[in-house]
Amino acid sequence: MMAAQVITPIGVGDVVSKAGQAKKDGYRLVQIGCTKIGDDFEIIYVYDKDFTLLSYRITVKEDVVIPSISSEYFGAFVYENEIHDLYGLHVSGINIDFKGTFYKTAIKHPFNVTITKEGDSCQNK
Amino acid sequence: MSKQITVPFGPQHPVLPEPLHLDLVLEDETVVDVIPSIGYVHRGLEKLVEKREYTEYVFIAERICGICSFIHSQTYVQGIEQIMGLEVPERATYLRTIWGEYSRLHSHLLWLGLFADSMGFESVFMNAWRLREHILDDLEATTGGRVIQGVCKVGGVRKDITPEKLDEMLKGLRGMEHELNDLTNVFLNDSSMKHRLRGVGVLKKEDAYVLGAVGPTARGSGLAIDIRSTGYGALGKINFKPVVEYDGDCYARCAVRAKEMFTSIDIIEQCIKKIPDGPVDMKVTGAPDGEYFSRTEQPRGEVIHYIKGNGKKNLVRHRVRTPTFTNIPPLVTLLKGVDLADVPVVVLSIDPCIGCAER
Repeated sequence: MMAAQVITPIGVGDVVSKAGQAKKDGYRLVQIGCTKIGDDFEIIYVYDKDFTLLSYRITVKEDVVIPSISSEYFGAFVYENEIHDLYGLHVSGINIDFKGTFYKTAIKHPFNVTITKEGDSCQNK
Repeated sequence: MSKQITVPFGPQHPVLPEPLHLDLVLEDETVVDVIPSIGYVHRGLEKLVEKREYTEYVFIAERICGICSFIHSQTYVQGIEQIMGLEVPERATYLRTIWGEYSRLHSHLLWLGLFADSMGFESVFMNAWRLREHILDDLEATTGGRVIQGVCKVGGVRKDITPEKLDEMLKGLRGMEHELNDLTNVFLNDSSMKHRLRGVGVLKKEDAYVLGAVGPTARGSGLAIDIRSTGYGALGKINFKPVVEYDGDCYARCAVRAKEMFTSIDIIEQCIKKIPDGPVDMKVTGAPDGEYFSRTEQPRGEVIHYIKGNGKKNLVRHRVRTPTFTNIPPLVTLLKGVDLADVPVVVLSIDPCIGCAER
């Protein structure tokens, strides 16, 4: 089994400072990903150093403006534009801001909808 | 300062089988800035976790890419198994490692062929793809599929390989080695190849790290980032050292891939010698409740499957960070300063897989 992974909850206001600290400590940006949980959105920032992950989670409502970390990590723009285009969240200060044209989707913000499921139990119960 | 003009590159281009668009800002014939665009064929496959049960979803995860398909399925099931605390039969981990390295071999041979073709070496292209056929034949013989293998499942693998077939595979790979030597010799030593690739599209080590480069793009710049070093699957029981080159140019990225084919053969050989007897799968009940970042090394670099479940049959989230997606910012950087005529070769040198990026 691999080592346990810890995701530390932080506030939206700490996103940039944590990114700056991660960069200072020699971490590379691995990914930024979003998950819709009910009416909330979880965004997880993941950094790596020597194959050890450093992960931070913010939980926000749809109307919250998320600061970009592209001032610290240039490559963050791909993840931040993706989050905007798929979920409709607003990220401010992206170094390369596609303003909603990063993904050409037929439906606007397609991941901001949760598909209704039928039943919860598995076939292998 | 010369007048700047913007030249569109793609989304349809002879060196790109998939759509990627770059706005190249030129001064004379030198690229001074690049704005990348993807998203022409975004499929939203991750969203299907809400419609497909987690055990069925492995077939969708495998279809994210038509080249590194097996490793996508392996990464996905490894993540589920971590959350559920499953100890997969050891033989299954060896089989996964063997098929994973076969996937790397066929991907690198495919890329070497395309790379040669992009520079006008058509006979080298055909030779690379001829050798790739042997790899695909073995994948088909052992899994039933050349492109989509469909053998990974939560709790193990669906098919076993007989000892006789394993011996035959090993003999086949050993027989291929001298032909691979001939092929890689062209890429590594031919004067016109060197002239075309040396010093072109340089990505410095520090830039590669900060920009998040992975795979041969990172290792060609001197970074020993190879997730196989973490020992997933059976790799923890295998002697393995990542291939690293230091010049950061197109030649270095090409050399990493060329040399990695021999590393893959070595890993497969060790696996075949060490593979234990026993079952290849286990009964799995229930559903994952938790979250995990599953990481493996695809031919193009580190892939991450983030999996979040809540104990129900459908996952809450499956998010895939593919190597090509994270290699886009490094591509923007390494294109700056290159001649317009070199752009196709430089773009191809990161081995972009838009199918993966547009999962």
